[in-house]
Amino acid sequence: MSDITSQSLFELTSNIKEKKLSSEEITKAYINRAEKSKKLNIYITDNFEKAIDQSKKFDSNPNLDFKLPGIPIAVKDLFCTNGVRTTAGSKILNNFVPTYESTVTQNLWSQGAILLGKLNCDEFAMGSSNETSFFGNVQNPVGENLVPGGSSGGSSAAVAANLTPVTIGTDTGGSIRQPASFTGTVGLKPTYGSCSRYGIVAFASSLDQAGPMTKNVRDCSMLLEVISSFDQKDSTSIDYKRNCYSKELSKDIKGKKIGIPKEYRVDNMPDEIEQLWKNGISYAKDCGAEIIDISLPHTNYALPTYYIVAPAEASSNLARYDGVKYGFRSSGQNLIEMYEKTRSEGFGDEVKRRIMIGTYVLSSGYYDAYYLKAQKVRQLIKKDFDDAFSKVDAILTPSTPSSAFKIGEKTNDPVSMYLNDIFTVPINLAGLPGISIPAGKDKNNYPLGLQVIGKPFDEQNILNISYALEDKINFKNDISDWWLSE
Amino acid sequence: MSKNSEYLIERENKQYEVIIGLEVHAQVTSESKLFSQSSTKFGAEPNTQVSLVDAAFPGMLPVINEFCIEQAIKTGIGLKAKINKKSVFDRKNYFYADLPQGYQISQYKYPIVGEGKVILDMPNGQKEIGIERLHLEQDAGKSIHDIDPNNTLVDLNRSGVALMEIVSKPDLRSPDEVNVYIKKLRSIMRYLGTCDGNMQEGSLRADVNVSVRLKGETEFGTRCEIKNVNSIKFMQMAIISEANRQIDLLEEGKEIDQETRLFDTKRNETRSMRSKEDAHDYRYFPDPDLLPLEISQELIEKIKSDIPELPDEKKKRFIDKFNLSPYEATILVSDIETSNFFEEVIKNSDVKLATNWITGELFAVLNEKNLEISQSPVSAKNLSKLINLIKDGTISGKIAKTVFEQMIDGDQDPLIIVKEKGLKQESDPKAIEELINKVIENNSDKVAEYKSGKDKLFGFFVGQAMKESKGKGNPQLINKILKEKLNG
Repeated sequence: MSDITSQSLFELTSNIKEKKLSSEEITKAYINRAEKSKKLNIYITDNFEKAIDQSKKFDSNPNLDFKLPGIPIAVKDLFCTNGVRTTAGSKILNNFVPTYESTVTQNLWSQGAILLGKLNCDEFAMGSSNETSFFGNVQNPVGENLVPGGSSGGSSAAVAANLTPVTIGTDTGGSIRQPASFTGTVGLKPTYGSCSRYGIVAFASSLDQAGPMTKNVRDCSMLLEVISSFDQKDSTSIDYKRNCYSKELSKDIKGKKIGIPKEYRVDNMPDEIEQLWKNGISYAKDCGAEIIDISLPHTNYALPTYYIVAPAEASSNLARYDGVKYGFRSSGQNLIEMYEKTRSEGFGDEVKRRIMIGTYVLSSGYYDAYYLKAQKVRQLIKKDFDDAFSKVDAILTPSTPSSAFKIGEKTNDPVSMYLNDIFTVPINLAGLPGISIPAGKDKNNYPLGLQVIGKPFDEQNILNISYALEDKINFKNDISDWWLSE
Repeated sequence: MSKNSEYLIERENKQYEVIIGLEVHAQVTSESKLFSQSSTKFGAEPNTQVSLVDAAFPGMLPVINEFCIEQAIKTGIGLKAKINKKSVFDRKNYFYADLPQGYQISQYKYPIVGEGKVILDMPNGQKEIGIERLHLEQDAGKSIHDIDPNNTLVDLNRSGVALMEIVSKPDLRSPDEVNVYIKKLRSIMRYLGTCDGNMQEGSLRADVNVSVRLKGETEFGTRCEIKNVNSIKFMQMAIISEANRQIDLLEEGKEIDQETRLFDTKRNETRSMRSKEDAHDYRYFPDPDLLPLEISQELIEKIKSDIPELPDEKKKRFIDKFNLSPYEATILVSDIETSNFFEEVIKNSDVKLATNWITGELFAVLNEKNLEISQSPVSAKNLSKLINLIKDGTISGKIAKTVFEQMIDGDQDPLIIVKEKGLKQESDPKAIEELINKVIENNSDKVAEYKSGKDKLFGFFVGQAMKESKGKGNPQLINKILKEKLNG
């Protein structure tokens, strides 16, 4: 048996079910590795003591029918966890301990999983490099001083560094898929409405969606199966029959029509990304899929549209952090002064920037030109996909326009940072499922990802295509454990 | 409306007309709030009826309370209004300590109910007031500034309670019409059970828009909005005060600024709260946590079929069926409890007498004791018994009043009172004749005067005979026999 922390979720659950490993052994192995991995700055809050207690409790009376029997899992610190501090990577929630549990995390615990701790992320999930976190940046285990992507940077790094077998992140414009791509891991953003948003600190309500982040596609299907559920507490949750994704997982994609959108061939795209995409196409052909050239004509407008819609919703969603009810409060001579000081001191620059953009685009006199126009363009982008999906079963694109960059490289250039999301935001705007799988490396040996985009509620199909491609690609994420301390 | 009933404010040969529009905020009668399951019960300890949603904790999401939607539709039907099959909840963004989300969920561009109307029964006839729209929104919490000298306290019990904002067209022209309009709205909603209309508990409040113009003008003047007035009396005072303030400005040749004002009840004047320039930019946009609200025709039909008889229809029935005057009918239908009481009384008794007794004696007692009809000290059952005693001649109307006074004390049965106190009317002609003989005997001088032509003295003899009978003598019989004796 290989080292515990390098095992996949599938292996770990098998080993538990076959009683080859106990929950306590597994939990302690992850904790032990975490203790030596502080340099990565992956955890905001750990739950190690309670996790060990819970693993012992599980072992004393193991329920092996669970889908995640005694499996320790760390989650992004955007999910509210009952009794465990939840910060959203922000000073303004530094001291906030929820008395309730998000539906998605509850789904994990209901299937036997154990909370290891809360993972670092960009403040309120606003960022593409995990550098906006109040709790400091995260190191990408792939290489020193490299960003792990964002906003689910702690999550991607934790999976890549074997600090959690799997995790869940959230994706508003690429926050699962881009960090997965940067760390050589798998990340899936489900169809909007698949996973409940109840108990997830909101960034942009019409775009936010939780999803699995894993070492491989099979684990991804296993985790999606657990977290995806209809929830009456979320009015945008959709009641439909969900697949048993792991059971129905198949590499047989013969005859599947896969679209290649010409608009994703952007200017200045590095050759290695172009090559990666070509390789993906040829692997898909090898698997018997049919490749079809398609057009998504409004792709160019996706990024500006996203940077109007998302900040607009965020400016309103973040109004509740005012120092009155919970979280950080600064003192002031009167209510207005208290608000101003609390929010000035409590929010970081990127969050403030987006609140200001959002406030501006919703202001009277600008609303029509920005917010309303953006909503119309959003409909056109959605229609592009509807049209494309009348011809194809899935769409294949690169996940990101580049590999992971150096820490600090883009912090002073927000627009260049925003361009990271160019291939991922259209999918959020259209509410579609998308998955990023590791597909190759650049000249620095940094991972690169390919994205498979599906029809609404067609997660099974993109999982199957990814599963088939994964087999052909045979990616190896040789990480050297350079950060480990004794 | 006839000319002489117009409400006009005079200034040196000039007459000004007052234009009024109301935005009424009516609390939806519902056990739980608009987007959460917390209780809406009035008077609970502060912050005991607050869910995580009401307090806007991170990650909390609103879920529509369908009952409140049905209540709004019902009210819309009661206002003879168009029900919009698709409406949208928007966020109205502003910061305040008692607004936990930092925005109020309301309906802006697409309200649940569109145009409708309300008929007012004014002394000179009916007047129709247009309804512009009705939309649903959340109430805010309450900031309390006078308990702690250094801090403002916040009570979130009201936070998230469902309100209907009913916006009238600028069709109202006088404080009297405002009075009748509010009472009519209240009456309709109470009939429907969609708002209890309790102004003391804040279930009904209004923003009052006032402008003035010279009589005969067709353009509207600049309006001011007086925020959050919570009684009809204050609305009327505020309108009079504000209209006069505006007229004074015009008379001085000044302009009226469009602004939001507050009514100071102690000083009986409005004062500026904020000007148009300082108006909030609420940055309305559709709430992404809620899908657009879609209402099926089936639901509308189902609600329609459950709508009770409303005041206008009931009034018509009372007039047609019971031959009541429009005035009487208006009074009896004005409140659902009153009309229910009336219908209960007339099940077994005379309509005309019931009308007079309810609008006369009973209302007087309720007024005096400041009671609602639901708290009436005399039950419909006992009142109808009393009326039957009058009708069948057991007691006279006058005795009935004595009996009624006693009934008030613990809703006593009038039959028992009449029996115990021996108040049964004397209708035996022989007994009456005897006591009349006695009266004639004792007043021979007056009899002589009467016979010499002083007809007016007849009343005196009736009075004496009644006195002799201790009030129990049948008045018709006394009259008849007296006439025979004196004129014979």
